Amino acid sequence: MKKVFSKPESLQDKNNSYCPGCGHGTIHRIIAEVIDELGVREKTIGIAPVGCAVFAYYYWNFDVTEAAHGRPPAVATGIKRCLSDRVVFTYQGDGDLAAIGTAEIIHAANRGENITTIFVNNANYGMTGGQMAPTTILGQKTTTTPNGRDAKRDGYPLKVCELLSSLDGVCYIERVSVSTPKNVLRTKKAIKKAFENQLNNCGFSLVEVLSQCPTDWQMTPVESVKWVDEVLSKTFPLGVYKENTEQTRK
Amino acid sequence: MKGNIAVCEGAIAAGCTTYFGYPITPQNEIPAYMSKKMVELGRVFVQAESELAAINMVFGAAVSGSRAMTSSSSPGISLKQEGISYLAGAELPCVIVNVQRGGPGLGNISGSQADYFQATKGGGHGDYRLIVLAPYSVKEMYDLTFLAFDLADNYRIPVMILTDGIVGQMMEPVEINPEFRVQSSEIKKDWKLDGCKGREPRLMRSLIMEEGGLEKHNWHLKKKYDGIKKTEIRCEANFPDSAEITVVAFGIAARICKSAVKKLRQEGLKVGLMRPVTLWPFPEKAISDIAAKSKKILVAEMNMGQMVEDVKLAVNGKCPVEFLGAPGGAVFSEDEIIAKIKKL
Ligand SMILES: Cc1ncc(C[n+]2csc(CCOP(=O)(O)OP(=O)(O)O)c2C)c(N)n1
Ligand code: SF4
Ligand SMILES: [Mg+2]
Repeated sequence: MKKVFSKPESLQDKNNSYCPGCGHGTIHRIIAEVIDELGVREKTIGIAPVGCAVFAYYYWNFDVTEAAHGRPPAVATGIKRCLSDRVVFTYQGDGDLAAIGTAEIIHAANRGENITTIFVNNANYGMTGGQMAPTTILGQKTTTTPNGRDAKRDGYPLKVCELLSSLDGVCYIERVSVSTPKNVLRTKKAIKKAFENQLNNCGFSLVEVLSQCPTDWQMTPVESVKWVDEVLSKTFPLGVYKENTEQTRK
Repeated sequence: MKGNIAVCEGAIAAGCTTYFGYPITPQNEIPAYMSKKMVELGRVFVQAESELAAINMVFGAAVSGSRAMTSSSSPGISLKQEGISYLAGAELPCVIVNVQRGGPGLGNISGSQADYFQATKGGGHGDYRLIVLAPYSVKEMYDLTFLAFDLADNYRIPVMILTDGIVGQMMEPVEINPEFRVQSSEIKKDWKLDGCKGREPRLMRSLIMEEGGLEKHNWHLKKKYDGIKKTEIRCEANFPDSAEITVVAFGIAARICKSAVKKLRQEGLKVGLMRPVTLWPFPEKAISDIAAKSKKILVAEMNMGQMVEDVKLAVNGKCPVEFLGAPGGAVFSEDEIIAKIKKL
């Protein structure tokens, strides 16, 4: 009988400690599968964020370094500039990438660093207990927007794909989600492309994944995937925002 | 050669393969020179978007096993403190150059020694130490930067060159010691991340959440720091056995004091100089020994009084300790030092 579901080599044989219904576990697995399929596990260096995914290195089965909150793109720059034939990627939450690390991501993208970024947008700060993130949508209740995010006081949700796709150094930007099996497949395709671009020396690629955080959204896993499809993706439409794989770094 | 350029040449000779920086006066010659030289040598140069980014690029380069350097001046060094704490926690080797200027705040662009506390007492959060080297001549800018890379690799520790705008801008001939050999390029970095081909995957971190794990890690750091204290203290003593008054000063202040002491000796006064070259580890024992033989110690610093606290701890009441300061980018002259010593 053909085995259809087995553990990717790039994933350690361990149960993850994410909450039930959390998107992080699914995204970790997709990345592991892609790395296996591309046969690059032994030359991959991942950069874990500060956020719920800080322990990603307990689940992946390749070299991983931690970075300070928001600094993974700078750390990735340092590694990739030294080891240009390795595969270097950052895995970052929305607080990490779109708040404290905004400067680092914009400039890494703008320099066209030949790296891959997986950006996990769960519309709040999961790890610290569900505070407002730059990607929290208008009206969304969090522990620091108890009456819902108010544009007048809190500003607007930050649209990272839209923002970064205007930069010349950027090769590929797509927004996806992991809310349905079909979306998971699409996410895998996007993540694979983002890694292939790096192997083809095309410059900076980023995949934004809308991800469930049932715990801090105070929803059931089922409600949370529904919320991604029906609400979150209205503010953050899925799709390809930039694709310029012709561009090759000299 | 200019002091700042000597830092670059010392680094290049020591096999520094990556440099990351952000412009700030009075160290702009360093990124400018490195942008040319490193590229010519096929090495890495990146002008980062901030000092924060630069130090984290250093983190990445160090993780990959490369010899990495960044340079800045006081306000920029403040921004690097987060990264420095992470580097210390993860035990990553690198070299950080602080060409100090006057502070606090934006301060001014004159040379200063106001970052002694920041460099030697932590600066960033948590229990950690840096090796801090204080050059007082252009030659030492070269020599100590060269040495810094070996120290960093040997002990897996960030090393800071604590210099200032005056030494940075100073022009002096530099004779390069032909005996200099890059020592620890042979050191096997069996912790670096370069892909897990042929080995188990590795992890680099400073987050240690296991029960008792961080305490254990901190005790391990302490043991390492104690070892460094045993072997790496460097200082220069002039007339340690025949001085009734000993001046203690580092960096550019020591340079000025040295010629003052020389003049006073010619007048027949029994004066000496003690110059810590490593500010951490601090030459406590050497200072304590001198205090036992001196009538008085004068600490001269271009700040409001920082190293004087460490000197007092080392002297531990053996003799009175006086202080001469020049904060805010001010400099004392040889004559001021001579006058002060004569009044003691
Ligand atoms: C400098 C610094 N500031 C604040 C924190 C506290 N902190 C830890 S995780 C986090 C937010 C993480 O949110 P996000 O990046 O969205 O990741 P998620 O947990 O949602 O996946 C914050 C603010 C920190 N660790 N370091
Ligand atoms: S708090 Fe949210 S993001 Fe964090 S593990 Fe739980 S569900 Fe996932
Ligand atoms: Mg988040």
